[in-house]
Amino acid sequence: MPRTPLEPRFTIEHLSILDSDGNLDTALEPDLPADELKRLYRAMLLGRRLDERMVRLQRQGRIGTFAPIKGQEASQLGSVSTLRPTDWMVPSFRETAAMIWRGWPIDKLLLFFAGFLEGGQPAPAQHDLGITIPVATQLPHAVGLAYAAQYRGEDAVVMAFFGDGATSEGDFHEAANFAGVWHVPVVFVCQNNQWAISVPLKKQTHSRTIAQKALAYGFPGIQVDGNDVLAVHAASREAVERARAGGGPTLIECVTYRLGVHTTADDPTKYRTDEEVAEWARKDPLTRFTEYLRKKNLLEDGLEAQVDAEIAEAIRRFEATPPPDPLAIFAHAYAELPPDVAAQRRELAERLQAPPPRRADEEHPPAPPMRGQRMTRR
Amino acid sequence: MKLNMVKALNLALRQEMERDRDVLVLGEDVGVDGGVFRVTEDLQRRFGSQRVIDSPLAEAAIIGASVGMALYGLKPVCEIQFSGFAFQCFHQIENHAARYRQRSQGRFHCAMVVRMPYGGGVRALEHHSESEEQFYAHIPGLKMVIPSGPRNARALLVSAIRDPDPVIFFEAKGLYHAAREEVPDDPEMMPLGRAQIVREGRDLTLISYGAMLRVAREAADTLAQEDGAEAEVIDLLTVAPLDRATLAASVQKTGRAVIIHEAPQSFGPGAEIAASIMERAFLSLEAPIKRVAAYDVPFVGFARERATVPDVPRVLAAARETLAF
Repeated sequence: MPRTPLEPRFTIEHLSILDSDGNLDTALEPDLPADELKRLYRAMLLGRRLDERMVRLQRQGRIGTFAPIKGQEASQLGSVSTLRPTDWMVPSFRETAAMIWRGWPIDKLLLFFAGFLEGGQPAPAQHDLGITIPVATQLPHAVGLAYAAQYRGEDAVVMAFFGDGATSEGDFHEAANFAGVWHVPVVFVCQNNQWAISVPLKKQTHSRTIAQKALAYGFPGIQVDGNDVLAVHAASREAVERARAGGGPTLIECVTYRLGVHTTADDPTKYRTDEEVAEWARKDPLTRFTEYLRKKNLLEDGLEAQVDAEIAEAIRRFEATPPPDPLAIFAHAYAELPPDVAAQRRELAERLQAPPPRRADEEHPPAPPMRGQRMTRR
Repeated sequence: MKLNMVKALNLALRQEMERDRDVLVLGEDVGVDGGVFRVTEDLQRRFGSQRVIDSPLAEAAIIGASVGMALYGLKPVCEIQFSGFAFQCFHQIENHAARYRQRSQGRFHCAMVVRMPYGGGVRALEHHSESEEQFYAHIPGLKMVIPSGPRNARALLVSAIRDPDPVIFFEAKGLYHAAREEVPDDPEMMPLGRAQIVREGRDLTLISYGAMLRVAREAADTLAQEDGAEAEVIDLLTVAPLDRATLAASVQKTGRAVIIHEAPQSFGPGAEIAASIMERAFLSLEAPIKRVAAYDVPFVGFARERATVPDVPRVLAAARETLAF
């Protein structure tokens, strides 16, 4: 028997609409109303300014470790802006801009990064999962949500975010495989920012693209210029519409770059060159979009000041948070506290009521036991 | 009607699915095949392949997708084919199912049941005979349930499915076909977190659960016949949360306790049970609490399984030592 090529032959497309030099492919340019363009721009700017402000807050010890998004604003907002409020967003841990777009108050996010679980509580009607830290483990949740929506006969689409490093995790592959087999309405958005902490993409995968991994699971994958908000939006809209119409999952690889640190505990000078960062800074998604809007005469005067004031106001609200009530650690651990945990809660409550304990040995240190003396009562 | 444990569990699933459209079943081979132990037999024919899902072979996504379904408001009952394979989804259970209520401060919760056959005595290969309840019992946010017979298996599974929090539900493979018991037609529930005294006694408390309960009961009968000692036998039914009050009350009466489990001894449930008894019944104790558990060695192969899994003679020896202390 001869070897026979199997159809279909697989191909992967790369989509770019507005390049880093400001060249625009007008044939592919999405038909976005001026208000929508302005809203996207404002969200990108807010994402950038907040990110820079949060790094300073962290350095000042006012919030804890967090993962900055600088450079990835277009990947996040171009994609998430194609969702309806009734759709679901499943973030990983570097989606600040997308979360704010979905309605997370800034002060709530700051609260989260200051170690308060309250900051991770979605609003009652909000169709978003919270920040998920173990890499790629949120992706099967997205598939389950999408299955449930389909099972209930609801037309919700689920959009799940992750990074290039996540595509090495088993959970990514299991989720993609389940999504393909179950043909559920999920859009997998990979923010390929080139670095998983210190490990570059070429050490993460030997695949030419991340998008092509979708083909193994029987659904389309597309690579887009992740710093081109128009391209991300166009690809995402197509994927979301397909999912909603019953066309199953899509994987979108947004080729972008983390301009800042992995987290505020990271020093990227150990593993990458300033030249590389400068090269990507030239492709900054915000600069490119600013120029696009300038040509359209859609830039608003004083927008930066407006955004900064919004951030400052949110920081004021965040810093007015009363000190944490320790007893709240028991409030949501279980639907109903088991008796032994209820006893632990009572113990903590009593401890909180009691005056700060004085050590019994402060004034009269006990004599050391004599050899053979029993330390116990019996 | 008289049912074995397989049929009793099947009855619980069928009735819960009839009652609540949000209950669905997923796992490897649970549909057409009815599960490798037939616990889900006939459910796919009755409820359709959208509700009884033959999933791809991937434990992490079975649990992970179930978490997603639960977050949406469904009540997945997923099957991990053997508890020995659950380490491939352990992170989904520990990192997510157990934590989502707390993480989201009550906005979401995972009302889901993870069923897993566990334990030895079925002449099976590695990963098909182990006992791993201690891992789940240690995780805050989870409940860990292990029935010991057809009737309580059915009632506990109904309770687990209706519980608003995630429940790990272990089914002793050795008990699947071991006995038939009268199981009422009408759905019956048993409270989770409540142990049962299955034999009353004044001289000694034997504490066990799952397949080891039979060993404990046989040992108690022998002690009565040969030693004239009346052992109280406690069936935990729920390993976590532990019914500490029932354990303490029994030992306050008997003054002596032997704990029997199939999981390896060190850091196993016996350690927590013993500590709990010490905290609540120390002044009643007449003898050190003893544990009869599997030895602390990795899987031994079923040809030598009887060397390590507790049996009646080992329990008797421990009980007599305790009584003679």
